[in-house]
Amino acid sequence: MTDLQKLTIGKALNLGLRRAMEEDPKVLIMGEDVGKLGGVFRITDGLQKDFGEQRVLDTPLAESGIIGTAVGLAVRGFRPVCEIQFEGFIFPGFDQISSQLAKLHYRTQGKVKMPVVIRVPFGGGIGAVEHHSESPESLFAHIPGLKVVSISNAVDAYWGIQQAIKSDDPILFFEPKRLYHSGALRAEIDTDGTAPPVFSSQVVREGTTATVVAYGPSVKVALDAAAAAEDEGHSLEVVDLRTLSPLDLGPVFESVRKTGRLIALSEAPSESSLTSEIAARVQQECFYSLEAPVLRVTGFDTPYPPAKLEEHYLPDLDRVLHAVDRSLAW
Amino acid sequence: MPSEQWTHPEPGDGPAAVAAQPSPEQVIAGLRATSEGGAELTQLLTPEGERVPSPQFDKYVDDIDAEALRGLYRDMVLVRRADREANAMQRQGQLGIWVPLLGQEAAQIGSGRALRANDMAFPSYREHGVAFARGVDMKDLLGIFRCTDHSGWDYQRHGFHPYTIVIGNQVLNAAGYAMGQKFEGKVGDDDGEATIVYFGDGATSQGDVHEGFVWAAVYDAPLVFFCQNNQWAISEPTERQSRLPLYQRARGYGFPGIRVDGNDVLACLAVSRWALDECRHGNGPVLIEAFTYRMDAHTTTDDPTRYRLSDELEEWKLKDPIERVRAFLARGGGADQAFFDDVQAEADAFAADLRDYTFNMPEPPPDRIFSNVYAEGNPVLEAQREEFLSYLDGFASAGEH
Ligand SMILES: Cc1ncc(C[n+]2csc(CCOP(=O)(O)OP(=O)(O)O)c2C)c(N)n1
Repeated sequence: MTDLQKLTIGKALNLGLRRAMEEDPKVLIMGEDVGKLGGVFRITDGLQKDFGEQRVLDTPLAESGIIGTAVGLAVRGFRPVCEIQFEGFIFPGFDQISSQLAKLHYRTQGKVKMPVVIRVPFGGGIGAVEHHSESPESLFAHIPGLKVVSISNAVDAYWGIQQAIKSDDPILFFEPKRLYHSGALRAEIDTDGTAPPVFSSQVVREGTTATVVAYGPSVKVALDAAAAAEDEGHSLEVVDLRTLSPLDLGPVFESVRKTGRLIALSEAPSESSLTSEIAARVQQECFYSLEAPVLRVTGFDTPYPPAKLEEHYLPDLDRVLHAVDRSLAW
Repeated sequence: MPSEQWTHPEPGDGPAAVAAQPSPEQVIAGLRATSEGGAELTQLLTPEGERVPSPQFDKYVDDIDAEALRGLYRDMVLVRRADREANAMQRQGQLGIWVPLLGQEAAQIGSGRALRANDMAFPSYREHGVAFARGVDMKDLLGIFRCTDHSGWDYQRHGFHPYTIVIGNQVLNAAGYAMGQKFEGKVGDDDGEATIVYFGDGATSQGDVHEGFVWAAVYDAPLVFFCQNNQWAISEPTERQSRLPLYQRARGYGFPGIRVDGNDVLACLAVSRWALDECRHGNGPVLIEAFTYRMDAHTTTDDPTRYRLSDELEEWKLKDPIERVRAFLARGGGADQAFFDDVQAEADAFAADLRDYTFNMPEPPPDRIFSNVYAEGNPVLEAQREEFLSYLDGFASAGEH
């Protein structure tokens, strides 16, 4: 029997978490305000009511504490899912993430497993004050031992969170916060079906003129740009990266060999970032197929500006199309 | 003196058959002290507006005659009125977000007015009342909440550091600043300098706050830790952060901790003056737990009805920080109705001015994004700025045709 449900990304995450908790009593949810309040974005809404305070922990207000104790709980056989309230507040926990979470498996020659998921709402576009709009994912992709993924749609949210929880590796799970409750991204999900492969890149729109690779909230921007480009007679192929570490660039290489042009799109500052890595690897693998240099459309190399300026800071459809024009003019 | 809430067996006695645990009532009594604030609460003015004598603290408010008290009253009314106006403006879409201070006026004005010009205050993000007391134009706060700016005042001139949103960070920064005051020989006598740092009860769980306690203690930094325990960290009650009343933690770090009625402006002034005095003379640090209540939402994006009962709010309304001063002044003849009416009129005008200013606040120019990232410039960024400006120009010239 199929159970088709039309869900937003937020609801899909909530349902995915619920399923994971039902299936495995060792799954815990922990974070600030995740219990009674259901998290500041309500992603864990109702879970404490149904699973109790020992499985959905309203923790003291300390990120190093949340992640550090999750490490210990994992050593004890639990599968903690930590919520960081906003990406800008992950840094008090950075030490625990990079020094312990990422390295214990290696340090113990595989004896200790770290099935910990850290959910991180990230990205801009919500008109917030400082520390609520950043894109720090490249910092984590740079740490060996961590897996980093980012979802862009409700189907991946539902399945991705469950697969992340099942994984024995520590996973940083970046969620596009401005799309949580987007009605336009509501998707029909067969919640009882079989999980599609989630942690691999995927072509989400086929095209021939140029490729745009993006992840998280930028995938929607890329798809909107592709729709707009069609009116100008350009056919853009869009690849959703989904897995940021390890990068699954196979589908990107394939696409670039077809289109000859690549735009790497992300909200994060560009210097020493995921888009830098993509550009380097694509020129290495696809040098003879490229008709133009890989171009990047990113946030600027500045702190995230006051929100009144974020429309300028965040890459939008126009900036993607501008890059396509520059690529084609080569 | 701090009272123990429960007793563990002494090490030599061996483990008790059943570990001694505080009863829920003991925990609630110690942490929340919902009725009177607990036995250790320093209070000079009751919620009914009666003056309570204090052998220890009266001398710190000797100079507060009726006129000075009217001044404190006025401060609180103006700050509350500005807070309500900003809250309303957020609801009307004029501010992106607002962080209400409703209920915390006495803690902020009392401590803020205890500071001297050379002292330094490190706020978190709700300290609009302290800002006011430090002479910051409240208009200069609004850019943060309208999202045109990250900070809008001259921190040196006002002795008021930029707001800090990442919980607890400012506590270490303040410890460092206070160490600097010490290293420069600015403590030791009546003219000494001191620093005060503001944080919430939730913040006390952060490592940075613990480390701030350690640093300030081992370097004898002239730092007053001012914890506004407003009972809630968004949806989480104080019980989720601590098993002991927070002021009692200080003892473990080797400095005094004191709990003051955070809704009593006179007590907050007296205790802060005492603590700052200790610091000025080189006896710091000190922890003050101002026992108060956040009467409104955490921020305008929060919904407190999901996690707290209206009974609690009703109970705290009876302890309103402004009403008790009003009652005291009125009863003792320190102020008449004309005074209260004047202050209200002044507050309304103050709010109207803030409103006008907010509605007319200019948008920052787009290339502000690139300003002040570095003190010494950065060629990569300069190139990015140029490219961005010519990209924007492209739209402008396209639009002209
Ligand atoms: C490091 C960090 N984690 C999480 C947050 C999100 N957050 C903002 S305010 C807040 C609660 C703070 O409570 P408390 O310290 O008691 O101060 P209050 O707001 O009550 O004055 C939280 C969790 C943050 N700003 N910084």
